[in-house]
Amino acid sequence: MTLLTILFALLFYVATALLVGGVGYKIYVYSRTPAPLKIPTTPAPVTQSGVALRLAREVVFFESLFKSSKWTWLFGWLFHFALLLVVLRHLRYFTEPVWAPIVLIQPLGTYAGFAMVAGLAGLWARRFFVDRVRYISTPSDHLMLVLLIAIGLTGLGMRFVAHTDIVAVKAFMLGLLRFDWQPLPADPVLLVHLFLVAALMAIFPISKLLHAPGLFFSPALNQVDNPREARHVTAWATGAPKPAKEA
Amino acid sequence: MAAAPFATPQLKGYPVIPLVQQGAMAHSKPFVASAPIQKALGFPEELVENWQDKAIAKMGELLGKYRSLRVYMDTCVHCGACSDKCHYFLGTGDPKNMPVARQDLMRKVYRRYFTFAGKYFPWLVGAVDLTKEVLDDWYSYYNQCSECRRCSVFCPYGIDTAEVTMAAREIMASVGQGQKYSNEIIGKVHRIGNNLGIPAKALENTLEGLEEDTKEATGVDVRFPLNVKGAEVLLVTPSADFFSEPHVESLIGYAKVFHAAGISWTLSSHASEAGNFGLFIGNYDQMRDISMRVREAALELGVKRIIVGECGHAWRVAYNFWNTLIGPFDFLDQRYPVPQHICECTYDLIQRGALTFDREANDGRIITFHDSCNVARASRMGGMPGGQFIIPRAIIKAVANHFHDMAPETIREQTFCCGGGGGLLTDDLMELRVKGALPRMEALKSVVDEHGVNFMATICAICKAQFSKVLPSYGFEMEMIGGVHQLVGTAIRLGSPK
Ligand code: HEM
Ligand code: HEM
Ligand code: SF4
Ligand code: SF4
Repeated sequence: MTLLTILFALLFYVATALLVGGVGYKIYVYSRTPAPLKIPTTPAPVTQSGVALRLAREVVFFESLFKSSKWTWLFGWLFHFALLLVVLRHLRYFTEPVWAPIVLIQPLGTYAGFAMVAGLAGLWARRFFVDRVRYISTPSDHLMLVLLIAIGLTGLGMRFVAHTDIVAVKAFMLGLLRFDWQPLPADPVLLVHLFLVAALMAIFPISKLLHAPGLFFSPALNQVDNPREARHVTAWATGAPKPAKEA
Repeated sequence: MAAAPFATPQLKGYPVIPLVQQGAMAHSKPFVASAPIQKALGFPEELVENWQDKAIAKMGELLGKYRSLRVYMDTCVHCGACSDKCHYFLGTGDPKNMPVARQDLMRKVYRRYFTFAGKYFPWLVGAVDLTKEVLDDWYSYYNQCSECRRCSVFCPYGIDTAEVTMAAREIMASVGQGQKYSNEIIGKVHRIGNNLGIPAKALENTLEGLEEDTKEATGVDVRFPLNVKGAEVLLVTPSADFFSEPHVESLIGYAKVFHAAGISWTLSSHASEAGNFGLFIGNYDQMRDISMRVREAALELGVKRIIVGECGHAWRVAYNFWNTLIGPFDFLDQRYPVPQHICECTYDLIQRGALTFDREANDGRIITFHDSCNVARASRMGGMPGGQFIIPRAIIKAVANHFHDMAPETIREQTFCCGGGGGLLTDDLMELRVKGALPRMEALKSVVDEHGVNFMATICAICKAQFSKVLPSYGFEMEMIGGVHQLVGTAIRLGSPK
């Protein structure tokens, strides 16, 4: 067992713990914070299933973003959808035998890598060329895009330029899952790829990547528009009728 | 602080997104509430000594009390989708009037004190200490947001800058930096019962005067009852309806509807205000205490229904919050929605054939409809989503022959604020009000040029007051603005004069 293998194994355990623990904690905090008043952005669905549909449309199609800005929508949706395909394709490193649907999307996934980087490049370009977006961009906004582009490029590099021993990579990953560590190939491109992925996992719960869970907790989107029909009462805003103070 | 002269923006034929002009509106700020005004609401009389610690502590408290604030502080990805959606940005070009930048004024501080990244790597995520300069920026730019929620419609996570603005104003008031206009008005409601500070006696006289005027104009005894026990309906309406033009025309319209439908109704001197500026300053207790007057009046008078007059933010509070704040309303007639909007009431009567109209009486008017933010994006009417857009338009079409909507991207849930909502309807913010009206004025100009529109109907007391003031700046007649029930009142048949 090389030092490298041990380091990367530990790195992934720590990153996973931070990701799961951090996002789990954030979700716990969000769900524990009361939403004292009804504030759905209307027109809003008047039933719970309508709300589920509204959230689904936001997650799957980025509906509101489509209304606001076609270019951002195009690049953003391209990036996210491609990311999904790429991640699904990567499941082959973590499953044995590989599930049939994952096998099916393998060819698609290859091109998704390019689409992902293209979408990210488009999003990054906006941060330079649209003066309003330039104004609001912080160093972390740029770095997040750089990080994702670097992950994509190193991945594509392994796929198309400097091939790596993916059988060994799979053995390493399965080893991590089964707590039976296997050697990791000392291929520099792979190591960079994996290190950046671990970094992404670690910063997820302390960065704007919280938008993914946050969307589901946004009261503007997730509340049912029925304040007259059902009295909305929460922990501190009980609204138990108290007489108004006479001033 | 004498307002510096400023140029009214040019109306262009098509919408233009301005280039960023840093600091363009940095000078704009409303008067700070004086010691007596602050004291009356239980706020510190002036900026307290350890305001920084107090403000951070208050922010922590609000983060724990409002899920909206908690989630919105974390969730924004700086995508910029909202950046060109605020009328104040479109009218001024000041980048801090972009909704995301307005939120960032607080987010920067949130990150510094409440997040790992901001504590240890402030430069990376743009986190800053809460300094006096930052507080000044807050005071300036959180008083350049009308809490209209247009940005929320376009944000992929529904992030509502209004929630952030309300939290910021709440924090500022709690350390002694309240806004004079809103806080002074809230004080009046507690002391006298309404925003305008009209005492019961004056209200009574006004209503008597209106009865005489209406009798003279129509020959019919239309009543304007006050404090009548046992009436079926309690009407709660913005106090501007009693005194201001064109507001009072809508009040006459409501009275005529009740008269024609044979509904017994009353106003209350205890609850002589539908408006609730507690919303604007983000203060839950104020909002509840102001609302409580309505519950008290309804119980005292023994009414069966509560109907709310033409007022945008009042309808938001009534529709969305009353049930929580002052409910349950089990003592009212459950066959009607509680509360009910006057437009819902009129619309139902029209549907049932209980009202008849001479639509020709409105033929001199070529009408368009301005959706008010709080009705459009923060409430509903009728049984279906979007009823708040359908019902007022259906009423207008039932009482008048000439109606033209403005461009689709400027109405319904995408409507532009009048520029004076959210506690900004004060003379010390006149430049902001004029410039913020630009997008609406451009949309209006299109239908004026194309269809000869000469009347913009709306159902909000603030919109009416704001447009009366800013229409002339853009070369329009002040009389172009009016209420939906003003149109109803013009066309309604009252039966044979007695
Ligand atoms: C529920 C799942 C998710 C939804 C609905 C979602 C939605 C969105 C939307 C609507 C945007 C704004 C438009 C854009 O810039 O693309 C955005 C931005 C972004 N998302 Fe996601 N996202 C999700 C998950 C993720 C995940 C898992 C990642 C990363 C690993 C991610 C990374 C990003 C980044 C980096 C941006 C900012 C792009 C920029 O700087 O312009 N998202 N997301
Ligand atoms: C621990 C998790 C990961 C491992 C072990 C891993 C490993 C690999 C390997 C071995 C390849 C080369 C594939 C080939 O040669 O056929 C690859 C490609 C790639 N990886 Fe990863 N990767 C991981 C996570 C990620 C993540 C989270 C992303 C995206 C944010 C990503 C993006 C890509 C892309 C875009 C490619 C190129 C296209 C493709 O082959 O699908 N990887 N990755
Ligand atoms: S709520 Fe309205 S005024 Fe405030 S930032 Fe959003 S669009 Fe602008
Ligand atoms: S649209 Fe929403 S996520 Fe995008 S910058 Fe504006 S507030 Fe942030």
